[in-house]
Amino acid sequence: MPFIEINGKKIEAEAGSMIIEVADCSNIQIPRFCYHKKLSIAASCRMCLVEVERAPKPLPACATPVTEGMKVWTRSPKALLAQKAVMEFLLINHPLDCPICDQGGECELQDLSMGYGQDASRYTEGKRVVKDKNIGSLIATDLTRCIQCTRCVRFGTEVAGIRELGATGRGECLEIGTFIEQSVSSELSGNMIDLCPVGALTSKPYRFTARGWELKQTPSIAPHDCVGSHIYVHTRRNQVMRVVPRENESINEAWVSDRDRFSYEALYHSDRLTQPKIKLKGEWQTVSWQIALEYIANRLSQIGSQHGANAIGALLSPNATLEEGYLLQKWMRGLGSHSIDHRLRQSDFRHQEGAPLFPGLGLPINELEQQSLVLLVGSDIRKEQPIIGLKLRKMALAGGKALVVNPVDVPFNFDIALKSIVCQGNLVLGLAKIAKALLNQSEIHFAKEAAWLASIEPEAVDIQMANLLRASGKKMIVMGALAASHPAFSQIKALTQLISELSGAKVGILTDGSNSAGAWLSGCIPHRLPGGKSVQGEAGFTIAEMFEKALKAYVLVNVEPHLDCIEGAKARRALEQAEFVVAINTFESPSLQKAVDVWLPLAPFSETSGTLVNTEGQWQSFVAVANPFEESRPGWKILRVLGNVCDIPDFDYETCEDVLAALRLEIGTPELTVIKPFCVDPIEYLANTDEIIRIAPIPLYASDGLVRRAPALQQTKDAGFRGLQINRTLATRLNLVGEAVRVQCEDCVMQLPLLIDEQMPDNTAMIFSGLEDTVSLGGPYSVLKLENI
Amino acid sequence: MTVILSLKAKQSIDAWLLKYPIDQKQSCVIHALKVLQDENGGWLTEGAIEAVAAYLAMPKIAVYEVATFYSMFELQPIGKHKISVCTNIACLLNNGDKIVQHLKKRLNIEWGETTQDGCFTLKEVECLAACDGAPAMQIGQIYYENLTPERIDDILATLEPKEIKDGK
Ligand code: SF4
Ligand code: FES
Ligand code: FES
Repeated sequence: MPFIEINGKKIEAEAGSMIIEVADCSNIQIPRFCYHKKLSIAASCRMCLVEVERAPKPLPACATPVTEGMKVWTRSPKALLAQKAVMEFLLINHPLDCPICDQGGECELQDLSMGYGQDASRYTEGKRVVKDKNIGSLIATDLTRCIQCTRCVRFGTEVAGIRELGATGRGECLEIGTFIEQSVSSELSGNMIDLCPVGALTSKPYRFTARGWELKQTPSIAPHDCVGSHIYVHTRRNQVMRVVPRENESINEAWVSDRDRFSYEALYHSDRLTQPKIKLKGEWQTVSWQIALEYIANRLSQIGSQHGANAIGALLSPNATLEEGYLLQKWMRGLGSHSIDHRLRQSDFRHQEGAPLFPGLGLPINELEQQSLVLLVGSDIRKEQPIIGLKLRKMALAGGKALVVNPVDVPFNFDIALKSIVCQGNLVLGLAKIAKALLNQSEIHFAKEAAWLASIEPEAVDIQMANLLRASGKKMIVMGALAASHPAFSQIKALTQLISELSGAKVGILTDGSNSAGAWLSGCIPHRLPGGKSVQGEAGFTIAEMFEKALKAYVLVNVEPHLDCIEGAKARRALEQAEFVVAINTFESPSLQKAVDVWLPLAPFSETSGTLVNTEGQWQSFVAVANPFEESRPGWKILRVLGNVCDIPDFDYETCEDVLAALRLEIGTPELTVIKPFCVDPIEYLANTDEIIRIAPIPLYASDGLVRRAPALQQTKDAGFRGLQINRTLATRLNLVGEAVRVQCEDCVMQLPLLIDEQMPDNTAMIFSGLEDTVSLGGPYSVLKLENI
Repeated sequence: MTVILSLKAKQSIDAWLLKYPIDQKQSCVIHALKVLQDENGGWLTEGAIEAVAAYLAMPKIAVYEVATFYSMFELQPIGKHKISVCTNIACLLNNGDKIVQHLKKRLNIEWGETTQDGCFTLKEVECLAACDGAPAMQIGQIYYENLTPERIDDILATLEPKEIKDGK
């Protein structure tokens, strides 16, 4: 490794690295605008000019590779002169309007002009003005301030993988913009706000609400997906003002998804519960915590003694913390019921006994990009787990192959080597064909499996996939949300297991919410106690059974069942018939008023401490960044007191850490026999009839109550199209001509706007779930009837 | 609305595509834009840009960047003859400003404008690489060098519609 000298200091440098990287590692400041360690080198701003021995002119530190014995001066008269000259040029066309600029106080240009600018401008000519563009609800533009560093453009091209912003025109007329005025659609677009060194791109929801120096920064964990991105929450006077990424190379690097960044806007939504409320004779009454909790204890014990504890069931959000989950199950089990579930979007629970300790990726998130092949099963990865999408993109850019088996031909922002788009949501068939192709190639004879797949005929693409699977080194099968919510999920698991055995690929699953793994670990499943220990005696009801059996009482923790559960209509019906429903929720859902009997205001992630377990199994604890809003309380406290008032033994936790410690102790070293989910049941879903099957993904911004109430996110396209999507072939076959169609599912009929979309395979219709408008239409994979109005 | 490429346009683009590696289709973007511009009376519609993007598998904004970068592409309708006048140093040192003044006066238009009869558009451009013949201008594909106001009158006279020439 070459030795170089910067400002007289001898430094060992990585061969091939640029001067600026070496300086950054040694804490030597070099001013810069266009350089960013996560982006390609543009070397366009020239702010980083430094003096290099034997070079006739100052050289850009960001684009000059180090050589043995190189001598660099970053603050010599020659370097400073060059830096100051560049600064002067950069400011020529800049409006210098810091007092009315949202970036003021945290602006790289402002900072550097303090160091390198002059106190007065020598420029007296007119400055250029650039018209601002409307690029959507998340990013505000003030393009007159742009210094053309092109960080935003490079981010789109290189990281986000969709080139939406560009630099048009040239010379003095160079402008940042989109092709015709349109919204930026990347699910990671907010990162451009952080990247922009000036106030040209700022956060639309946050702008003008606070100044950087008024904010207090607290580290936290993003509460929406199984990645567990590291974030900073910025607060002012006990109020969350914004969320920004916290660098963490092994998880989210320097980025954060728009969902994690902008969901904070919902924290003070008008639906927010401020006080406990109980419904007495149909009238809502605001009551004290004491009264509410005692009321709950009484009613539950009444119902327990009348109908047995089995008549009580609890649903927990997969976003709830480990501590909340642990206490909920402890309380419920203390009452005598094992019916606790967090698998809100799962409908097939067969073979749950053999499941591993918790579902997850099975390897560190960072290793995804090192795979040479990933087979995605049932996943619109960008719109489910944006950061994982980024990792897969990195893998594909590094030459890894991405294969896809999907029920909708969703676009990816990386190259897909092979794809198998199945009709009618038939993922089982799609996987069976690949498994069969592998089976045919296998030297060893698998009698049982061969018999199981006897009727399956692989097609050319399946055989190619099988070949690639066998030929690749590090490989993985990753199941996504459309697989996990499939009515034949157990078979999908069995088939991925078989493909894994035949090809040597690992298998992972990306779960819903930010803490599904934690919910499994803490025993929020009907058949297991914390740490994966089996329930003695009879297991409780799964969520599907809880709705089927129409229980007498339900406890909800941060769940809006009609939107969060896969069978929203069924869920709401079950709740409405129940005698007693307690909702420990952050928000009061208008459409649950009829079902709920007690609302308890739950503190959201920003107002509680807790722990989330991400998909790689990392326990990530965070603290409250603000005091609970009005009368809301952290979930662990509410559940602890509920345990107390119900006289459940061992319920004296003083702090959230106590709860975590107790859980750790109880988990101990789990001993668990994982049973391979090999199915003997005949392969389902083989019929290829003319029936129209509904695919019902959850839109990116409908994933949980917080996101659903975040106004800026709701204005984007990813809030979900509220209509029906089918392909032209199907529309022609059914002779659908209008702009809207009549959709019938069982006994529910509804008129929906029609969108012809060639992403859809034959006989498949997509209607998003998780949206109020279509709740009553039932769940995914149901049979639809479509007619003209 | 995306323009549908004509057979001729496709053939022309395809011929150029052969000159580049198959995974470097974007190398052909300037030629493709030129073909579409010529087919559309000298200017590019948004649809044309979309069509080129789709045909060369490029992001639309990337094609748009190219179309806005080069002064030979027009994004608004223009007159029959586009007069591109150089206003860079060599030309200005050789009385280029007089040429500009003369043109503006004679055509009664400013930079970027088109004469009322739709015959001429006047455009200011950077160095035409004809400094040895400065002052210089380009009309359509043809370069005119060593300009004087008189020469300009002669040149325009050959291009103006007949009626004007006859003084009617
Ligand atoms: S908008 Fe910001 S990030 Fe983009 S080029 Fe301009 S200054 Fe750079
Ligand atoms: S930071 Fe080096 S040229 Fe911009
Ligand atoms: S300066 Fe006019 S042609 Fe070069």
